[in-house]
Amino acid sequence: MEQFFQQLLNGLAVGGIYALVALGYTMVYGVLKLINFAHGDLFTIGAYLGLTLLVSCNLSGLLGPAAAVLAVFVMVGLLVAILGCLLERTAYRPLRKANRLSAVVSALGASIFFQNAVMLIYGARFYVYPDYLRPDFTVSLFGMAVPGVRLMVIAASVLLMLALWAFIQRTRTGAAIRAVAIDQGAARLMGINVNRVISLVFFIGPGLGGAAGLMVGIYYGQIDFTMGWSYGLKAFTAAILGGIGNIPGAMLGGLLLGVIEALAAGYIAIAWKDAIAFLVLILILIIRPTGILGERTADKL
Amino acid sequence: MNLRTLAGILLTLCLALLPLVAGPYWISVCVNVGLYALLGLSLNVILGQAGIFHMGHAAFYAVGAYTTAILNTLYQWPIFAAMPVAGAVAALVAVAVARPIIHLRGDYLLIVTIGIVEIVRIALLNDVGGYTGGSNGIFGIARPNFFGFKIVKTVHFYYLVWGMVAVSILLFYGLWRSRYGRALNYIKEDDVAAEGCGVHVTSYKLSAFVLGAFWAGMAGTLYAAQMTTITPESFNFMESVIIFAVVILSGGSILGVLVSAFLFIGLPELLREFSNARMLIFGLAMMLMMIWRPQGLLPPRPRRYHVADSGSGAGGASAGGAA
Amino acid sequence: MSLLELHEVSKLFGGLVALNELSFSVEEGSVVGLIGPNGAGKTTVFNCITGNYRPEHGRISFAGRNVTGLRPHALVKLGIARTFQSIRLFGRLPVLENVLAGRHCRLKSGLLASMLHTPAQRREEREAVRRCMEELEFVGLAGHHAEEAGSLSYGNQRLLEIARALASDPHLLILDEPAGGMNDQETVALIDLISAIRDRGITVLLIEHDMRLVMRICEKLVVLENGCLIAQGEPAVVRANPAVIEAYLGAESEVW
Repeated sequence: MEQFFQQLLNGLAVGGIYALVALGYTMVYGVLKLINFAHGDLFTIGAYLGLTLLVSCNLSGLLGPAAAVLAVFVMVGLLVAILGCLLERTAYRPLRKANRLSAVVSALGASIFFQNAVMLIYGARFYVYPDYLRPDFTVSLFGMAVPGVRLMVIAASVLLMLALWAFIQRTRTGAAIRAVAIDQGAARLMGINVNRVISLVFFIGPGLGGAAGLMVGIYYGQIDFTMGWSYGLKAFTAAILGGIGNIPGAMLGGLLLGVIEALAAGYIAIAWKDAIAFLVLILILIIRPTGILGERTADKL
Repeated sequence: MNLRTLAGILLTLCLALLPLVAGPYWISVCVNVGLYALLGLSLNVILGQAGIFHMGHAAFYAVGAYTTAILNTLYQWPIFAAMPVAGAVAALVAVAVARPIIHLRGDYLLIVTIGIVEIVRIALLNDVGGYTGGSNGIFGIARPNFFGFKIVKTVHFYYLVWGMVAVSILLFYGLWRSRYGRALNYIKEDDVAAEGCGVHVTSYKLSAFVLGAFWAGMAGTLYAAQMTTITPESFNFMESVIIFAVVILSGGSILGVLVSAFLFIGLPELLREFSNARMLIFGLAMMLMMIWRPQGLLPPRPRRYHVADSGSGAGGASAGGAA
Repeated sequence: MSLLELHEVSKLFGGLVALNELSFSVEEGSVVGLIGPNGAGKTTVFNCITGNYRPEHGRISFAGRNVTGLRPHALVKLGIARTFQSIRLFGRLPVLENVLAGRHCRLKSGLLASMLHTPAQRREEREAVRRCMEELEFVGLAGHHAEEAGSLSYGNQRLLEIARALASDPHLLILDEPAGGMNDQETVALIDLISAIRDRGITVLLIEHDMRLVMRICEKLVVLENGCLIAQGEPAVVRANPAVIEAYLGAESEVW
């Protein structure tokens, strides 16, 4: 039983990270119907930037680990967000009117570009986040010793998701994003600046993704330049699982995928956990072809 | 004679004569281009013609290559005997996986096909059934024997692979210019309307998928025979991405696929002098090429029909004016 | 025996009853109009007949055969062809290929024959092209055969949809607002075209808001309101029916 709960919490921590990255996929898809394959690499860049700021720029020495992590969390989010906006301007905006798959290939190109840029700058080896950055307390929960970092990762991702949810649902700008997602043309006629909304989405999504990269660094302590492929693919899977374009769907899909993986790794075989995650995805799509929370749109005739 | 036919003839001539002037290195690069042309032509039926978002073609390539390797190393099957079986096994896998998912829409299908590549790769890595050799893969695959002629040298493979490409071009061109090719185009344009016109959409989608997988399986045979060693990492997601990008950049025509395969496989070779920055430039080039030609390099031209001139204007009920 | 018979067909969308135990029949060789105010469920009836929707209750039989729940492509093969209310042509393909789409289900060449272009396949293709050109000739679009379908005028696109449907050798042709978007001149020509279709022995079932057209060519009208049948019979009789007048009064500015 203890093993089950530990795996469950571990799954929720990883799932929270998947969910944050998945939000970037799903929001971009919502407004542009584009799968931003470079999103996973923005996440990698977040992890590397975090390490540079914390260690090389010695922010952790100046501010102390806890405050530094918090400050860097915000900084990384902002920097990656700006990069996301630039990416949209250069690689996607010229293709807005083109065939959707052309934009997908451009995104794949951007992904290869970013991945290799990171490799050229930092080198092909993996990097280690120093131990002192990781909160090393444990919490006793129902008689189990739970690592504090695990709970903090879960808490951070849940907080970010709630903040995003409130922003999307409660603010005028959030309403504009929802409007553009439903019908770009109508939103434009209603006086919404569609380009600004798309830029904003490319700011929020990568921002969350970059922050998630930092969280992975702190949680696992190790990062490498190819991590964006696997995390990106998982997060995209999570977004589809929940129903792409659907924000609560991405959150649910991420958490669910994290838990499925953790349980598969714990109870079946660690080597098969990725395969099992995809298998579950396929099974769910066979039952619900548009994901768990995706709308079942009937064909208009 | 139009420009495209001329380009096709020139390309054929160049390819036929290339081994006379090129060194072994470039010949082996061109063997590789030929393999990707085969994969691109087969994916083009699925993705380019029928518009099915399939990013998992490497899975069928892998199944073909591994089938060949297992039949050859364990059961001493000759390569050419293994080839149709490799295609058939890949096609069977395609039927099994595609049947329940073929009705999924666009991006849902995309991730599922990516998932299939990953599942196949992980299964191979974990030495499923004890046949695939895990991460070491399978080595010691024999060279093919073509009616007593042993195919060993790179230049032999060059002609073998491009001969296969030539045959594929003829067959796929025929397919494109038939009711079958048209049906796939109807489905790509509007599947509801296609169904409403009497096209059995599901069965056409499925058969396109299976045909493409069959071809990818046979390409896998050629790959296994040329490399003599195969590992799961030769068939990862990146392979699928390249094949996918070859088809999208091509614009959907057969000549486009060839040109696109040369660009995607040849370009990184030309960039070798940039060593580490090679893939960085490659990624950049991918973006620039799509921005430069969003519709792809060479979209297919409309099919031509021989229309008997029967003096139009007779028996029309509408006021359809002159063209 | 009627060519098409609907027996107590009901269709639900969620909790909403779109069709409520609807029964009517279409005699072979006739032109029947399905009319009613907007939202009465006319297109839903069509979609049930053509297999795009599956009715929850009831039975649809065609030429004496129960066809309820068959897929659209199977129904085309049996001889039910349709046009769409919102034109659904293959806009980027040439006009001729759009008509060939309708012919598709009557052609037999398989995958291998298609790849190899066998003599039989070539013969079949030539014959199909000839036949489809005849249909284009029939609707008056032969001169446009090489143009992109999407570049045709609205009225001509409607005609092309009819030609595409005719190419499948239908026994029953289902037209969903064929005069929608047509000008007066085009509508008059359409009336002639529909009679010509009937003269070919093809039964026609149509939805139309243009009452001049309906009154001139339909032998029978079926009137729907809120998914229920409120009247059917000869146009003159239906027109005098108080329930029909009630349903239409003030609803729209229909010209009777």
